Amino acid sequence: MSSIDLQSPTPSAIVPPERYAVLRRFIRNPLALLASGLFLVIAASAALAPWIAPYGPNFARLSMVSMPAGEGFILGGDGAGRDVFSRLIYAGQLTLAGSFLTVLVASTLGVTTGLIAGYFGGWFDRVGGWTANFLIVLPGTIVLVAMFTLIGPNIMITMVVLGILISPNFFRLVRNLVVAVKNELYVDAARVSGLSDARIIGRHILSVVRAPIIIMAASVWGIAIVVQSGLEFLGLGDPATPTWGSMLLDAYNNIYIGRHLLLPPGLMIGATVASLILIGNALRDALNGDDSAPVAARRNKLAATTTSEAPAATPGALVEVSGLSVGYASKGGAIKTVVKSVDFAIARGEILGLVGESGSGKTQTALSILRLLPEGGMITGGAIRLNGENLAAFTDQQMQAVRGKRIGYIPQEPMSNLDPLFRIGNQLCEPMQVVLGLSYKAAEAKALALLERVGIVDPRRVFASYPHQISGGMAQRVLIAGALSCDPELLIADEPTTALDVTVQAEILDLIRDLQAERNLGVLLVTHNFGVVADLCDRVAVMRGGEIVEISAVKDIFANPQHDYTRSLLAATLEDAPLRPPLVPRLPRQAATVAAVEIAQ
Amino acid sequence: MNALNRDIKPSNLLEVDNIEVRYGQFRALNGVSITLAPGETLGLVGESGSGKSTLGRAVLGLAEVSAGTITYLDQDITHLGRAQRRALSREIQVVFQDPYTSLNAMLTVGDILAEPLMVQGISRTEARLRIQELLDQVRLPSDAAARLPREFSGGQRQRVAIARALAINPQLIVCDEPVSALDLSTQARVIDLFIDIQERTGVAYLFISHDLAVVRAISHRVAVMNQGLIVEQGPAGQVTTNPTDSYTQRLLMAAPVPDPVAQAERRRARQAHMAATGA
Repeated sequence: MSSIDLQSPTPSAIVPPERYAVLRRFIRNPLALLASGLFLVIAASAALAPWIAPYGPNFARLSMVSMPAGEGFILGGDGAGRDVFSRLIYAGQLTLAGSFLTVLVASTLGVTTGLIAGYFGGWFDRVGGWTANFLIVLPGTIVLVAMFTLIGPNIMITMVVLGILISPNFFRLVRNLVVAVKNELYVDAARVSGLSDARIIGRHILSVVRAPIIIMAASVWGIAIVVQSGLEFLGLGDPATPTWGSMLLDAYNNIYIGRHLLLPPGLMIGATVASLILIGNALRDALNGDDSAPVAARRNKLAATTTSEAPAATPGALVEVSGLSVGYASKGGAIKTVVKSVDFAIARGEILGLVGESGSGKTQTALSILRLLPEGGMITGGAIRLNGENLAAFTDQQMQAVRGKRIGYIPQEPMSNLDPLFRIGNQLCEPMQVVLGLSYKAAEAKALALLERVGIVDPRRVFASYPHQISGGMAQRVLIAGALSCDPELLIADEPTTALDVTVQAEILDLIRDLQAERNLGVLLVTHNFGVVADLCDRVAVMRGGEIVEISAVKDIFANPQHDYTRSLLAATLEDAPLRPPLVPRLPRQAATVAAVEIAQ
Repeated sequence: MNALNRDIKPSNLLEVDNIEVRYGQFRALNGVSITLAPGETLGLVGESGSGKSTLGRAVLGLAEVSAGTITYLDQDITHLGRAQRRALSREIQVVFQDPYTSLNAMLTVGDILAEPLMVQGISRTEARLRIQELLDQVRLPSDAAARLPREFSGGQRQRVAIARALAINPQLIVCDEPVSALDLSTQARVIDLFIDIQERTGVAYLFISHDLAVVRAISHRVAVMNQGLIVEQGPAGQVTTNPTDSYTQRLLMAAPVPDPVAQAERRRARQAHMAATGA
């Protein structure tokens, strides 16, 4: 039954919610409220049927056979003269209870086995996986129909079997979530704390898988109602108790004399299933914390006010940033400013370091020069002049021509900036073909020369490799080759060595220095590491809270920092921290607990 | 605990003798030996893949040891059963690198700190008192217990992780890159906190880091790892300024110093060294 094979909730469904925030977000969703209200009314009326329904489910009036509304029958009479409205309410009982039984069986079975398989792995996981696959490929409806011939019209047993057939969905969901959570550091920490497996599962693992289970249960409930109604419609139910499916069958049998009979059960099934699915979706959104109001997609656009009054360019600067402000649109429409009126210039052949702690705005400043701010970010003021042209006023098309060709970019995470699906050569050549209009042959020759230049010993092999086949240091060399492939004048390097080992870092810094000198590049180097600054930069700008607090030549910053913040940062570097005084010998405390266990053995 | 009887030679808290850990065919540790005295910090430095984290995990019982022994206070803890390991949790604790994933985001800070106390069967009221004491010890506000990890910065979260490790007064804490994810100034403050706690409680640290400067600041002794082996071991000052092993020398020369003049010097030395060794 491939139709029962559900889509797992997205991995982001395991993002932890704030307390009560989920409920708040759920309530704020009007569709969720409407759906839950509707479902509650349907469920409550089924539960209270004997008191609410005007007639019993089998009370019949011969005068009302297949008749439209009248004689106290609000929705008319069915093929046997029974009140459709009353039967509709009574039918909810078996339909909802039966389908809930499916949910209960499927979730209990799937969640328990999924937890065990995911947490302990081993043979149980393998056998569980095979069983799940087997059950999923079984054509479920056919199994249920076949069962009818064996056990007769027992809808409850049918629903239990359906639950077993659906349980692999829970099994897979829970198992995969548990496998992902099991290796989280906090689970290791709990293990080191001495928590037993049962406690770890109860406290740490269940809390993560709980939400996706609830979401899946809602959709499984909906599916169970549909499957059950389908079976009843085929006549495989107990004729003595009404269900929405059997009412549908009755309506179908009388379709030429009482066409109105189709509508009530059909609508009921539709409304119930729809409300369950809407509730599930709303729960997922609430758990995902999805209240990011659709921020107007003014990505990388600048607020209209800026450019004209920006001061004129200093002659001789390769790039001059003046009064640059960057902001992010937040929910209320207010703009949160992350870079506040920043000024600096870089000459040809100069390396400017942009140094600061996380959240200082250094990366935002660098990305705004490339006009590659993340979604919601925009330049809110100031100018970025590259050889006198204001990039802040460029259209996106104009910017396309600047990126790569005039400004090269080296990112922080070399591996995540290479597409795993394409060969390295391909990724190097394509920009050259597009930006420089080279033929593939010419691009290939240039790429190979560049790879050799960035210190790759066997360029032809790397050219033909996929990203996973090379090391992180080599990937960074490839990206440097890529950044230089279209001969830019300005290079922006965002923490280019942070993800690398220290010996590799030294080599990459050497490479950047050599290439910069060779090509007389201007370089903007974003880093948090004063060692890297000291190694590479000519001048340094120190950023804090979106502002440049100090900018001067590298030797002055280290020898004579002007700003308190710069001083405090330099004081926090550990290179000349004092050594620990020699260890004073002491006796260990006796480990009573371990000894006790030893004795107990 | 503070006995300073000169006649008694204090035994080692931890002795790791020639251990081997394999992941499939790959030998993550290939015969590694270290010792750790009570109240001592042994810094373990190396690059990615050197095996330094694996050594920490082996001591914690999170990595299976295929040869060699780990001894804690004269008791072999190389292959402990779950119950014994649980008992040992009173003695050996951990602080992990990433303060964002080492705390369960669903639990309040109070719940997180109560966890190791619960295991030891400490009553609820007693646990509450202890949690306040711990928050105080790592200099977090006392209302922190009711809040969720996400309300704290990286440095504050790491303080929570340290408090959790301290909760039941262990004698040894394995610190796996505990300051690498922190900002420069936060990093310095957290290291000060580690040293301060050690001076007050006498806990020993197995302190794992890729950063020579960090290890130098906090360690009494330093062991340098490369490809599953310890290549050099000795007093922190000596190993981090005058290393004898060629790999340690390379590591030291590759680390940039925050001083343009000294760094230019170090760079020249490194390039000369590389030219000389034909690297």
